[in-house]
Parts: sequence; C-alpha cells; structure tokens
Amino acid sequence: MNSNLINNKLEKRFGNKVSAKLNYDNHSIVVSGCLENYEDIVEACYMCVYNKDSWHVVNKIEWSGHQEKPMKVPVLEDKELDNAKPDVLIIGGGVIGCSIARELSKWDIDILLVEKEADLAMQASSRNDGEVHPGVDQSKMNLKLKYELKGNAMYEDVCKQLGVPFRRNGQYVAFKGKYLIPILKIIASQRKKLGIKDTKVINKKELYLANPNLKQGYDVGLYNPSAGTVCPYELTIAYGENAVTNGAKIALNAAVTSMDVIDGKIISVKTNRGTIYPKLVINAAGVFSDKIASMANDEFFSIHPRKGTDVILDNKKQYLTDKILSAKDLFNPDKNTKGGGILRTVDDNILIGPDAYEVFDREDYSTESKNLHAIIDKQKTAIEALDRKDAITYFSGIRAATFEEDFIIEKGRSTNNIIHVAGIQSPGLTATPAIALDVEKMAIDFLGTTKRNDRYNPIREPYKQLRKLSDEERNKLIKENPEYGEIVCRCEQISKGEIIDALSGPIMVPTIDGIKKRVRPGMGRCQGGFCSPLVSKIIADYLNCDIAAVTKKGNNSYISVGKTK
Amino acid sequence: MKYYDVVVIGGGPAGLASAISSFDNGSKVCLIEREARLGGILKQCIHDGFGSINFKENLSGPEYSQRYIDEFIKDEIDCLLSTYVTNIKREDKNFILSFVNKNGLDYIQCKALILATGCRERTVKQVDINGDRPSGVFSAGTAQNYVNILGEKIGKKIVILGSGDIGLIMARRLTLEGCDVVGVYEVMNHPSGLPRNIRQCLIDYNIPLHLSTTITKVFGRERVEKVEICKVDEHMNLIEDSKEIIECDTLIASVGLIPENELAESLHIEIDPKTKGPLCDKNFETSIEGIFCCGNCHHVYDLVDYVSQSGVIAGKAASEYVKGNLKKEERISINLPSKKIYDPNKLVCIMCPNGCELEFQGDEVLGNKCERGKKFALDELNNPKRSVCTYVKTTFKDRPTLSVRTSNPIDKGLIFEVMKQINKITVDKHVDVGEVLIKNVLNTEVDIIATSKI
Repeated sequence: MNSNLINNKLEKRFGNKVSAKLNYDNHSIVVSGCLENYEDIVEACYMCVYNKDSWHVVNKIEWSGHQEKPMKVPVLEDKELDNAKPDVLIIGGGVIGCSIARELSKWDIDILLVEKEADLAMQASSRNDGEVHPGVDQSKMNLKLKYELKGNAMYEDVCKQLGVPFRRNGQYVAFKGKYLIPILKIIASQRKKLGIKDTKVINKKELYLANPNLKQGYDVGLYNPSAGTVCPYELTIAYGENAVTNGAKIALNAAVTSMDVIDGKIISVKTNRGTIYPKLVINAAGVFSDKIASMANDEFFSIHPRKGTDVILDNKKQYLTDKILSAKDLFNPDKNTKGGGILRTVDDNILIGPDAYEVFDREDYSTESKNLHAIIDKQKTAIEALDRKDAITYFSGIRAATFEEDFIIEKGRSTNNIIHVAGIQSPGLTATPAIALDVEKMAIDFLGTTKRNDRYNPIREPYKQLRKLSDEERNKLIKENPEYGEIVCRCEQISKGEIIDALSGPIMVPTIDGIKKRVRPGMGRCQGGFCSPLVSKIIADYLNCDIAAVTKKGNNSYISVGKTK
Repeated sequence: MKYYDVVVIGGGPAGLASAISSFDNGSKVCLIEREARLGGILKQCIHDGFGSINFKENLSGPEYSQRYIDEFIKDEIDCLLSTYVTNIKREDKNFILSFVNKNGLDYIQCKALILATGCRERTVKQVDINGDRPSGVFSAGTAQNYVNILGEKIGKKIVILGSGDIGLIMARRLTLEGCDVVGVYEVMNHPSGLPRNIRQCLIDYNIPLHLSTTITKVFGRERVEKVEICKVDEHMNLIEDSKEIIECDTLIASVGLIPENELAESLHIEIDPKTKGPLCDKNFETSIEGIFCCGNCHHVYDLVDYVSQSGVIAGKAASEYVKGNLKKEERISINLPSKKIYDPNKLVCIMCPNGCELEFQGDEVLGNKCERGKKFALDELNNPKRSVCTYVKTTFKDRPTLSVRTSNPIDKGLIFEVMKQINKITVDKHVDVGEVLIKNVLNTEVDIIATSKI
C-alpha cells in the first residue's frame, strides 16, 4: 500500500484539489479536499479503493457550496430510555438490526434496539424489490457472496418460523443471439467455481415456456431456480416482533445523537429518549452507519448513498409474470440499471426496477418522473405489455454502499465494544439470515454469555389474512370476532378486525403506514382513497384520541389539524 | 341458501334506483351495500345541485339519496348493509354470491345480478406527480370524506390539482370551513368541471384557476411543505423555465374518476376500453347474460339524475330477464359527451347543470333556457344570492357531522356570517331531513335545515 501511487492518480485527474492519507491504525484511506461536482467526489473515492488487507476509503471531500443535511431526528424528547443498561444496544431497526435482535434473543441477555423512525423497516428495508438473490450479482468471492449464498439457502426455514410468505420463483435472464450459448456456458461454469451452483443455460423453448409474456426475439436464457421473493418490510417486522416476544426491547422514535467514548470503550450512548449505558453496541444504522462509527471514534469506512426507484403495478397485471425476469445485452450493460428487472411480489403485484444512481442526501426518498419512465421503458424490452397506466405506486430507496462495494461485518478497529454491520446493500436482504447468525456469535463471544433464554420461541404467529382463508375458516373466525366481517379496505379486502390485530401486535405502531405495512389496508389500487379516513378513525378510537393526533408515519406527518368546528 | 330474482350490488343512487325499479316490476330483490348506510358517495356530497332533472329541485346529495332510500324502505326491499361480496360464480342459470358481514360468511342465490358499484378516483400516483411522499396529499373524494363525514380540518393552506367538479366543490367547501385555498391548477387549457361550479365555487371566493399549469413535484418529508408547479405548452409538454414553488400544507388531487369494475372483471365481463366500464346493450345488460350494470360503474356520468335513470332501466330489464321476456340487443360503446368549454367572460347560470351562458341586452336577459335563468341574471346584477351547504357538529361518536343547508339562497355577502351562526350549533338528538335547526338565520327569512337524518 503506497499513498504516493494513489495521490499521483488523484492529482492527474483532479489536480491538487484532493489528496489521500493513509491511517495505519485502522487501515483507512482518508480522502480530503474540495470538489465542485458530487460525481467527482464519488469518482475520487473509488479511485482510492485498495481491496486488500481490509483497507477502506473514508470520504472527507467537501462538495463546494453544499452542506450535508443533518440526520432527521424525531421531535419526541423524553427520558424513557434514560439509564438503561442493556447488554447489547442495537442501533437501527432495519432488517439487519431486527434479525440480530431476534437471533440474540436466544440468550439470557438484555437487548435494546433503538430506531429513529416511528416504525421498523422505514428506510432501505422497506424500499427495495424483495428479491432473494441467487448470487449471480457477484463476480468474485467476498463477504457479499459468502453471506448471500448462505442466507439464500436459509430462507425457507426462516420464513416458515417467522410466518412470512416466501416464494422461490426462479430468476430468468433473456439474451438475444444463439451464438451466446458457449459464452453463457462459460459464465455458468465460472459461477459454479464461486459456489453459485444452480445456473442453467436454457434454450428458447424453455425460456418462453416459463415466461410466456417475454417479448419475442430472445434466443437463450440463464436460469437460477434458487432466486426468490419475500416482502422485505414484512420480514423485518416479523424479526422484530419475534425478538420482542422473546424478551428483547425495541424503542421507536429513538435516535442516537452522540456517544461518550473513553480509552477505546463506549461508556454511554445519548439519544433523544435518554442516555443508555450498554456493554456492547451493534451498529446496524444503514446509511448512517459511518456516522455512528464516527461517534464511536471508530470511523474507518464511508457510506455513499445510492438511490434506486421501484414501480408497483396493479395486481390485475399479476399474470404478466410469476418469475423474476429481465433481459440483458451482454455487450452494452447499462450502468445505471445494473440488475433491475420484473418480478411478481409475494403479494401478487408486479414490481419493476430498480435503477441506481449516486446521491448526496442520505434521506431524500423523492422520486423523479424521468426515472419512473426510464425504468418502465427499460423493462419493456422484456415484457412489452408493461404500462405506466397500471402503476399504482412508486418509491425510492437508498442503498448504503461502501466504496469497496462489500459488506463490513467486524468488531471495532479502535473501539473495543462495538460491532459494525455496515455497507449492507444489495444483496443485503438475501444475506440477512446468515449475517444475523454470525453477528450473534460475535456478540455472545464478546459478552461471554453461556446461559440460554428459557422464553425463546423461534415461531412467530403471523397476522391473520382472512381473504386467503377458505370460506369455512373465514366464517368461523367472523363468528368468533364479528369485526373480521367488517371490510374496511375494499381493494385488498381487509377487515376492521385485522386492523385491530395490527394495533394490538407485539410492537404497536399506530400510524396509517404502520397498519398498512402490517395488514395491507391502502396497498391496493385506490391507494387508501376510500379506506384512509376509516383507518384513521379506527386508530383514533383505539387510542382514544382525536384524528388530529394520528399520523401517516410518525413525527409531523399529521393528517388533520383538528376539528373544523 | 336464500334465493332472489334480482340482487343489486351497491346502495348508492344507481343501486337504489335499480332495486326499486326491479321491485316495481314484480321481482324479489335484495340489495347489498358494503357501507353501514345507504346513499353511496352522495352521503359525503353535501353540496347542492342534485335533482334538477328528476325532481325539478335543487337538492343536496344526502337529500337526493334520501328520496330513494325512503321509497326503498317503504317498499320493504331486502337489504344487507355493511356487507361485502367476496365472490360471484355461475351455477346453471343462477349466480351464487359469497359475502361477508358481521354475522359471518354466507351465500345468496339469484337469477339476475345488477352491478352498481360506482367509481373510484384516480390517484396522485397515476398522474405524474413525483417528489416526496408526505402526509397531506389527498384525492378530492378522500378529502371530502375527512371534512364532510368526519368533520376534520385537513390542512390550512391548500392547493388543488385538477378542475374536476369534486375539486371545485372542495375548493369552496374548504374555504367555508376556514382553510386558505391558494389556487386550482389545471393541465388542460380549459376547466374540466361544470361552468357553474367555476362560477359558484371559485369566482365567488376569489380562488384563482390556473389553466395549462400542472403540479410536478411535492416537497415535504413528513407533511406537505410546498409543491412545484409548471406551465405546459399546447402539446402538453412542460415548459421547464416556468417552474415555480408554491407553499402549502395540503395538496388535493381531482384528476378524474374510473368506473370500479373489479367484480365485473373477475367474471370476465367485456370492458369498453374507452369508458373502463362493461360494454352493455341499451338495457344495460353486459356481455354475460343476466348481469346488468348501471350508474358510474358503467361510465362516469356528469349528473346523478342520469345515474338514477340508468338504474331504472337496468332494474326493469333485470326483472324482464327473470321473467324470460328480455331480448338481447346489440352492445354499444358509449360516446362520452364532449365538455362545454367555459368562457370566463360570460355570466353562467348556476341554477341547474345546464349552465346557460347569459347576456344582458339592455334590461333583457338572453341565453337562458328557463325562467330561473332570467331571475338568476337579474339577482346577479342587483343582489346576488347563494345557497350555503355545510354541516354542523354532533355529539354522536360514529356520526360526528350532520349535513345542513340554507332553505333558500341568501345574500352572497352574508355567507360567512351565516357560517358563523351554523358553526355554533351542536346536534345532540335525532333529526330528520328538512328539520329546521336555525329559524330565520340573521333575519334573512331563510332557515338552516338538516339535509340528512341522524
């Protein structure tokens, strides 16, 4: 490792505007300076990547004229968590934080998870396409591939335990040109060497038999039967709920604002809900994981946010595919839509996307018209019948990428009592079950715990979905609880009873979006047009408060300012 | 399993009219309604302008539907409320419907089926609005429900996208309820609502209408903070350098209605791609023998009076079908009537949906089709008058509002004074339609009357 080499490269490209310094204490390459374009900052940091001996790039380049927005923190201020002394404090209520909480709940320890938003899975964990990847996105063995393959294989069991639907739909990639067959066969055998064993080269007939709506003109395909789909926020909530039933504590609307670190040890963690004194901290803070590392005096990597948009179609269009399908041009890959495709979600909507582009703001989930159209146009190369008119909603997510483009799963380098689980972007969801098991081991080793939790039960009871039951079962449940017969959401057939179930779940989130994520009112084609007034009234009645106190997603997202008279 | 000749799905104006019509033609009828009260969307349409054709009166939505509900109840027609149809299947010549309500899941059998499921709104996501996803973005009908049914003030500073009638009506409603409506933005170069609604909902309250302008982006991570507006050229392309930011806390979208036909589609009834409703013959029979449809699930009507009329035809035809007397006719595609282009320089009569454009020639009024137009024009010149439709609060937990209106138009200048008087009332006992809640309000010789029952 030679800093002169890097600096020469940087100078050639950016003059003396940026330079890199090596920090041998924590193996970080700190890049600093000032640049006019954000793309250049990302480029400069990529130029400094050294993929050996765990070196990581830390981005300290200023973007001239721009200041990073501070992390959005809750308006709530109380002392609910003050003086808490958990064995483990998990920062972040995404799928990583929640799965770790659940695996740790096997042990007789105090677990506290803090999440700054009003619900779990509010950021990347609800804003992705839900694909359980087969591993084909990696071209070399790294942490991503290791955990991806292991995690993929665990999905049936984990989802069965947690009561979450999972489907192995299989992934198909279509190509033009029969002459590609030998090349694809080489790709398949290269993958095999990496451990991705399920890739099959299929002929035109097989391709169209499995994908009757694939646009005409493709000649050959790659097929990975191990690919699947899961609902990412449902999985996150399920992990969280199972952790809580097993005794873990989850505090929502709780943001970490600073830490007190002495001699390489985190003594206390300040939040808007009080100061916490944990033995061990697990950093699962997603796009803010580098900020948490910095608070812990352990900053050796940087996150560069990468945004992507997904589009969801009316479930009337579910017939378009029951697989994960895309079309590729081997020789002209589009770098802004690496991956991306069409899949049928476990809730039977068609999902299209995502694209990928670098952004400065870590929490700007806004969508742009041009991206939306570009995504649909691109995927029309695979299924021509995709139509903007069938889109019922669209959303963006932000990937927490490191410049090395790999996961970071390790103990602190300068601070002793922290474990970083960072840079978990695609295929993070796939890798989650496996990552959680390894982090569990790391944490238990650190704490030296040997005693198991007697209350631990890996099985989570899912919310009832009356529309999926037989007439007899449905009738029986309504007889037991007449509120199951009161339909509130007409598009998705959700009853009042199911909404009350969500409100009385293990982690109560009495917001319109919280209910929607748990039992789906408002997920259909009218997007809550008919049911949102009813749902807000049910929440207000349940909490015995005014509708003005009910929010869409916590904080200041009120629905009404009060009564008119 | 209970058998009926005719089952009607939907208890709004179309469903009620068709059920009564089938009953009058000798059929045994059952109506299924998913909400707890009959009346459909008219329950929340507390403004006036209904019934000018069928009753030659200017009624509010709840009063209009109450006329049909009263007849329906008088006829003792069977009815399942708070009941949701989950499935329909054909067995021999009959249909078997599965439904759920508080009593469980049950079945009902019938010979003829009338779909009267109404329509739903296009959502903000269906037009190209991007940006953030905060709270405070409502479709016009959802806003109408929050305000008129639940009595909620949904925001303080309001921007409306689309000049459809519900959007215009909501502009006036929200102004009367104390909100500041900043403006209505319409992407077309002409308003899409009725001319009289432009007059009585926007011009009356100085609410600006911006044509050839659309909203492109919403800002606000939690609640709406502002929107980006942009002008469009004659080819509907955005004029990028015309972009402007408008501060507001609420965005209401009135961007069109779509017939709600999920049941019809599940039965593979042929749908007219133009209207998005089933392709029917002149008796409103769909492509499946024995299934009829009427009202807004057939196509989106301009006036509720026509919705009821379609129900009468479909109801009668269903009865005839049951008796074996119905002849299959050719199914025809409906031509949606072209919109009248509004001329802002003309005086538009607001007395009925015709919206006659009136002119003075000396003292003489021209352009009116009836006497009411002449009176309106003269009043408008000397002493303009308006009806006020709103609601009063109640002490009933599940009915926080009761719709009311002035028994006759009052002086335009008194509208907000009258609102103040109305806002003082709280209803704590049962009230009937037409009951006087304030006698001779502000000495105008006009009363404030209830327009729905509680």
